Amino acid sequence: MSDPMRIRAQAQGDKTTVRVLVGHEMESGQRKDAAGKVVPAWFIQSINATWNGKTVMSAQWGTAVSKNPFVQFSFKGGKAGDKIAVTWVDNRGDKRTDEAVIA
Amino acid sequence: MERRDFLARSSGATALAAAASVGWVPAHAQNAPGWNKAAFDTKTLLDAAKAMGATSAPVESKDLMLSAPEIAENGSVVRVGAQSNIANTTQISFVVEKNPSALAAMFDIPAGTDANVATNIKMGQSSNVYALAKAGDKYYYAVKEVKVTLGGCGG
Repeated sequence: MSDPMRIRAQAQGDKTTVRVLVGHEMESGQRKDAAGKVVPAWFIQSINATWNGKTVMSAQWGTAVSKNPFVQFSFKGGKAGDKIAVTWVDNRGDKRTDEAVIA
Repeated sequence: MERRDFLARSSGATALAAAASVGWVPAHAQNAPGWNKAAFDTKTLLDAAKAMGATSAPVESKDLMLSAPEIAENGSVVRVGAQSNIANTTQISFVVEKNPSALAAMFDIPAGTDANVATNIKMGQSSNVYALAKAGDKYYYAVKEVKVTLGGCGG
């Protein structure tokens, strides 16, 4: 149901830089709707990235990460054509995995 | 997918959230496995560090660089980044002092990954922003004040 992530991975020298843009509402649980009812928190709690199956980034997020989250990281190794996979899990148990190829 | 297309899809997600708020989607919250609820419930840098397992108070370090804007026009999207030159940095977190829950994000840095991450966070009001790095069993921090002209929580 969720939107696909946009993943850009670029190898430069011995390093690969990865930028991920996730499509997620990241509802903080602080906001009220028009009727004055608190909108329940709905946010990504864990996200991790693997390179050829090896974890290269893993994070836990709270409600303060922005809507449609952005994350950037880099790691040693990686060459054009290698696969990067990113998976997130939110507090409703929804999850999504997307893959990209290093450019 | 082009940016425009992406934004259009995002507004679709807004409609879904609206549906959720009226109870159309079951909103039974279940925390993701391994999610450190205690750390995300804390209100201060010290408590956040303790909830992560720090046994002593974090110390300020010049080898930890926090990049954040001095003035954020929009508190709902504030780009923050941190780079740690402290050897064996295994974790980098972002803590916003005056947010309802101080800890925003916690990144684990496996061996081979640079201790250099960036993300976008929300800020309810002007506040000190901390980067918190773990190296060995010690915690280090860097701080910067970010002025917010339009809040990102409660909008």
